[in-house]
Amino acid sequence: MLYINCPHCGMRSQNEFSYGGDASVKRPELNKEVSDQEWDDFVYNRKSLRGKHLELWQHISGCRQWIKVERDTATHEIFRTFKADEEVA
Amino acid sequence: MQKYSIFNLVKNAFSNHENWDLAWKDPTPKEEYDVVIIGGGGHGLATAYYLAKEHNITNVAIIEKGWIGGGNVGRNTTIIRSNYMHDENGLFSEFGMDLWRKMSQDLNYNVMFSPRGIINLAHSDAQMNAYARRGNSMRLNGIDAVLLNREQVKEIIPMADFSENVRFPIFGGLMQPSAGTARHDAVAWGYARQADSMGVDIIQNCEVTGFDVAAGKIKGIRTSRGNIKAKKVGICVAGSTNILAEKLNMTLPIETHLLQACVSEPVKPVLDNVVTFGAGHFYVSQSDKGEMVMGGDLDGYNSYAQRGNLPTLQHVLTEGIAMMPFLSKLKMLRTWGGIMDMSMDGSPIIDKTHIEGLYLNCGWCYGGFKATPASGWTFAHTIAQDRVHELNAGYSLNRFSTGKLIDEKGLGTKTWIS
Repeated sequence: MLYINCPHCGMRSQNEFSYGGDASVKRPELNKEVSDQEWDDFVYNRKSLRGKHLELWQHISGCRQWIKVERDTATHEIFRTFKADEEVA
Repeated sequence: MQKYSIFNLVKNAFSNHENWDLAWKDPTPKEEYDVVIIGGGGHGLATAYYLAKEHNITNVAIIEKGWIGGGNVGRNTTIIRSNYMHDENGLFSEFGMDLWRKMSQDLNYNVMFSPRGIINLAHSDAQMNAYARRGNSMRLNGIDAVLLNREQVKEIIPMADFSENVRFPIFGGLMQPSAGTARHDAVAWGYARQADSMGVDIIQNCEVTGFDVAAGKIKGIRTSRGNIKAKKVGICVAGSTNILAEKLNMTLPIETHLLQACVSEPVKPVLDNVVTFGAGHFYVSQSDKGEMVMGGDLDGYNSYAQRGNLPTLQHVLTEGIAMMPFLSKLKMLRTWGGIMDMSMDGSPIIDKTHIEGLYLNCGWCYGGFKATPASGWTFAHTIAQDRVHELNAGYSLNRFSTGKLIDEKGLGTKTWIS
C-alpha cells in the first residue's frame, strides 16, 4: 500500500487516488505551428524513467484535486508531493 | 545434442540420471557476432532459435542481464489464444497458434501445450453483440470462435455464479476452443536448448550498459562483461525497453507497468478452461498441479519493481469471487509481479529503427507469453532479411505518428489507465 501526502488533505492511502501519468510532459503551446513529432511526443512517447519520477495523481476520493508526486519507480518510495500548479525545482 | 526420448530416459536410469548432457552451455562472450539479441526471455530465445533454424544464422549471442526465463516468461499466467478482432493481431496470433501446436515436437521438449479453450464471459446484451462481432471477425481470419448462450456456458462452467440477483449476470460468452495454456518455463528452456545446440551463445549475468553507433549504424554493444561487436542487434527486453532506449536517445510509445498474478492452494480438478470475467479484468485457469492461476489489472502506475501492492490484488480477486464464488474459500499460495512494456495502443512493436542494424521488439502489454513463437519467428525474419514480414508489418514503430494504431479494445491511448 502506498501512502500519498496530499498537499491539500494530508497523508492518505493509495486507494483514494487515481494515477495520471508522467507530469513532466508539456502540451505544445497554443497558437503555434505544431509538428507531427512534437504532437507524437506529447501524446504517445514517454521516458518511463527507472528511479525518480515526477507524476500526476488525482485525489479522486478526497479533495478531487490533481497533484504532483515525486516517486521512485523501482522502490515505490515517495519523496515529495506538490500542488498541481507548483513549479518543481 | 542428446535427444529427449523414452529410450534415453530408460538408458540414463541405469546410471542414476547422472550422465545427462547440460541443456545449454555457459560460454564466454566472443569478440564479435553476426547478431546479438538483448534479452534472454521467451521472445529473445525464440528469436535466436528461428534465426538459426529458418535463416541459417548461427553466429548469434543472447545477452541476458539475469538468468534465462527469469523475467516475464517465468512470471505469466501461461494463456495462449488468438481471439483478436483486428486482422493484424488475429493473423499474427493464429500463425503463432500453429507454432504452439507443433512446438513440443519441434523443440523435442514437452511444453505441455493444452488447448483447453478460453471463454470470455459476457454480462449484457451489448457485450454479446460485441462478442458476436469479434467472433465473426475471428472466423473470417480462420480462427475458431463459438458464441455461447447462458445455458451453454452453464454446462461448461457450472461453478460460475448463475444466480439471478447478481450485479453482473452471465448472459453468455465467446469461446475459442483451440486456445489454451502451456508450461511457461519449458518454453524458455526448450528454445534455449535448441538454440544452444545450433551454435547460439547464451550469455547470462551480462548487463548491457551501452551501444556503439557510428554514422547511423550499429557497431556493437557494451556490457558488464566487455564490449561485443555486432553487425545486427535486436532488443527484446519487455519491461526494460525504456532503459535501453534511453541509452540510444530514443523515446518510445511505451511505459513500464507492474502486472501481478497469483495462484491458490492446489485443489482437485474443477475448471477445464481458461475463463475471463467480462465486467472487469480477471482471468483464471487451473494448473496441472491443481492451483487456480489468476490475474487481472495492472497496479496502475509506472513501476520497475517486480512485486506488487495489495489494493490491486484485492480489486482483482473481488472480481474473481463475483464470477466464481467458490474462489473465496481457497487460500492464496503465491503472488508475484512482472514489469510490462505497455504500448500506447495495447499492441506490440516489431520493427526496424532509425539506426541501421538495430531492431526493436516490445510493447507486449498483457499478452507477451502467447506471442512467444510468432514474435520470435517474425523478429528473426525482420533481423535476417532487414525488412518486416507481412505478419508484423502492422506492428510498426511509426504507426503512432501516422495514426495507423491497432486499438484492439477501442479504448484509445493509454489503454491501461482506468
